[in-house]
Amino acid sequence: MTDVDYDLIVIGGGPGGYVAAIRASQLGMTVALVEDKHLGGICLNWGCIPTKALLRASEIRHLLNNVDEFGFKVSGIKMDINNITKRSRKVASQLSSGISHLLKKNNVQVFEGFGSLAKDTSNIKKIRIKTKDNNNIEKTTKNVILAAGARSRNLPFVSSDGVNIWDYKTAMTPPKLPSSLIIVGSGAIGIEFASFYNDLGVDVTIVEALPSILPNEDIDISKIVKLNFEKRGIKIRTNSALKSVTTRENSVSAEIITNEKVETISSEKLILAIGIIANTEKLGLQDFNVKIDKGHIVTNEFLETDEKGVYAIGDITDGPWLAHKASHEGILCVEKIAGHQNLKPIDKTSIPGCTYCRPQVASIGMTETEARSKNLNLKIGKFPFIGNGKAIALGDSEGLIKTIFNKDTGELIGAHMVGPEVTELIQGFSIAKKLETTEYELMHTIFPHPTLSEGIHESVLDAYNQAIHY
Amino acid sequence: MSVDILMPALSPTMEEGTLSKWLVKEGDKVISGDLIAEIETDKATMEVEAIEDGIIGKILVSEGQESIKVNSPIAILLSEGENLSENTISTDYNKEIQKEVQNNKENVVQINNIKNNDEIVYSNSEDTTKSYFKPDKLERIFVSPLAKRIAKQRDIPLSSIKGSGPHGRILKIDVDNFDVNKIEYSSLNNLESNNFEIVKNSAMRKTIAERLVKSKNEAPHFYLSLDCNIDELLKVRKAINSKSNDEYKISVNDMIIKASSAALLKVPKANASWENENTKYFNNTDISVAVAIEGGLITPIVKNVQSKGLLEISFDMKDLANKAKEGKLQPQEYLGGSFSISNLGMYGIKEFSAVINPPQGCILAVGSGEQRPIVIDNEISIATIMTVTLSCDHRVVDGAVGAEFLSEFKNLIENPSLMLL
Repeated sequence: MTDVDYDLIVIGGGPGGYVAAIRASQLGMTVALVEDKHLGGICLNWGCIPTKALLRASEIRHLLNNVDEFGFKVSGIKMDINNITKRSRKVASQLSSGISHLLKKNNVQVFEGFGSLAKDTSNIKKIRIKTKDNNNIEKTTKNVILAAGARSRNLPFVSSDGVNIWDYKTAMTPPKLPSSLIIVGSGAIGIEFASFYNDLGVDVTIVEALPSILPNEDIDISKIVKLNFEKRGIKIRTNSALKSVTTRENSVSAEIITNEKVETISSEKLILAIGIIANTEKLGLQDFNVKIDKGHIVTNEFLETDEKGVYAIGDITDGPWLAHKASHEGILCVEKIAGHQNLKPIDKTSIPGCTYCRPQVASIGMTETEARSKNLNLKIGKFPFIGNGKAIALGDSEGLIKTIFNKDTGELIGAHMVGPEVTELIQGFSIAKKLETTEYELMHTIFPHPTLSEGIHESVLDAYNQAIHY
Repeated sequence: MSVDILMPALSPTMEEGTLSKWLVKEGDKVISGDLIAEIETDKATMEVEAIEDGIIGKILVSEGQESIKVNSPIAILLSEGENLSENTISTDYNKEIQKEVQNNKENVVQINNIKNNDEIVYSNSEDTTKSYFKPDKLERIFVSPLAKRIAKQRDIPLSSIKGSGPHGRILKIDVDNFDVNKIEYSSLNNLESNNFEIVKNSAMRKTIAERLVKSKNEAPHFYLSLDCNIDELLKVRKAINSKSNDEYKISVNDMIIKASSAALLKVPKANASWENENTKYFNNTDISVAVAIEGGLITPIVKNVQSKGLLEISFDMKDLANKAKEGKLQPQEYLGGSFSISNLGMYGIKEFSAVINPPQGCILAVGSGEQRPIVIDNEISIATIMTVTLSCDHRVVDGAVGAEFLSEFKNLIENPSLMLL
């Protein structure tokens, strides 16, 4: 046993993997991290972070369009999409080098290359690392965390080509702004691109197979986003399945089926944002007792696969596929390896989700529909931002905070928000849920005035028919 | 100057008591002699008087609080115009009180388990906050608000639940996973039925329990039984009572008291109590007589029986029994005594063994007088026989001493005229 190279090798340097590696090092383990492309993973390089930089630009564009409302007259505004994307790339690379520094500081050995599990007869795990210059290195370890993430999904009849049919990467670095755009899929990614391109003046059509956009969000929230988007000129086709896509030199035609009626719509470009596939194929798992279900690795509640000593976290496992869930799993899994007691598995009803479209969307816990399907007695509060002084002063008062309580126990079972900066407000509900507050503690918390957060208070009060400002 | 009103010692042996009722509230003006509270001691409920004029500034113990140590402050009396300041309560008192609260804590938790009422835990902490106690000195139950509410809805005492959260904090999942069959009071409380009633033990019941357990644990009991022919005694009694014109009615028990006293005078070694380092031999015969009262029993004392005639004994006994039944005995009327009698004859009990009333050395258990066949000179005849059993603390009274006493007693009962000596 003495000649084992590491206590832990992490495959994948995204928000799951690098957080796990740092935590393991903090706990005294010898750790190596294998990353093929870029430290920080998709999230930091091609996901969460650069898209926030882009959306900041489109938000500024929106403000500039409306500066007269605030008493300004501005003329001659010019926009350069290449400069917008350049800034976005700069933000990503700044953070990526930050991760490199953090790993070094924490004595995590980083290997650049593609890591996979190699068959070995002993209990020791062997990791094969295929480096950039095609060398193979083998390292042994007691534990392995698979954190290789996921990639965007294509359809059998249509794949992104980087020219007319874009995946998220191309959509983040368009060579020029298209005049029109079809976005297939209205999850967080599709909706953020829709908001971004619409604000930059692109004619956007959203195609969604399900009855509502942002299908995972509460129906009241989804409706408000839909109204807002339609008011801005975004065309929304719900209940619409994509049947085929035909590309020409400078345009794309999509056949969509809406209520059994086939229709062809066209645009200059098309973005596929229909979900993800886990990167499980090249990890050498076929020789190990690692189960895969619907494309994702199956683990127990503490992220261990059926193969002892092999763990999996983040997008490669079961959803929701969110960076903060991956990071949290990384920490939980490492503390489990370190033998910590009293660890609690992740409570999936307490993972907040954010969409940074305009207006922003944030939520935690069950939607009203889910709660009703569980036959719970509910108390539901709603507070629109039009009743909030700070929102009106900001000139951004469209939106709603909806809170859902279990009537019998006062448990906060869901909170759903759409409106200004709600992605920064949702953590209040996360803490409330984690600490298991009831409506009583929330009602008796003093919220500062004037802030958007007062909307949280009012929504809770409204659930118990005590709202003051609405 | 503010004055602390202290828990009074209502009897020489009183160590602690229950504040059963406040007769004043904060801000009330009182003058010396006013009744301010009712205190339940081990045997009786007594009223407490104000010792000085002033205003009740702060009530420090709540109604119903038990085991309040004698001389600990129960309220603060302010002189007129004075305000209550934090300094009013000296730190010594604070420390004292905190220590007490800690001592009491276990009791509280126990009650909590038995009564299936987690409110006691809360009310305890509320009380202490009100009374300036530092709550951090108490054992706090860490629990999430949601878990607390659900536990209350399901009637699960928090003290029964093991918390799985940080620092043992009880979470919703712990309440959800809690097996109600594991509630610690389950042996007393059958959750499936309500076919019982739980009655809170009074101070008297607790005193009885404490004293008798102490007696049975510490005093090595032995028992001596003897049959007494009481035909002659009954005759004498009838004769005495026939002359009463309803002014008195001497009972058999009165005569047993007198006979016991007379026997003790003859065998003074039986008129004794155990005092660890010493044995105390009494000069007087103070006879404690067990009287059944609502919720328990009490042993008022007929004092100096050696110098009293049957009439006086009878009047004393009636007076004491009435006071006992009304809960109005003064401590000096039931604390002390050199010898005890427990008579269950009126219930038809043939014979029984009594538990010694500590620190006394003996107790006489008296059965009923009944007609039994007896053999005299090879002839069977009928006589009224009363069986008595003497329980002796062997530390104080040896077998021979007990036997000697009992034989003197029998002689006196069977020859009542000797009692006149």
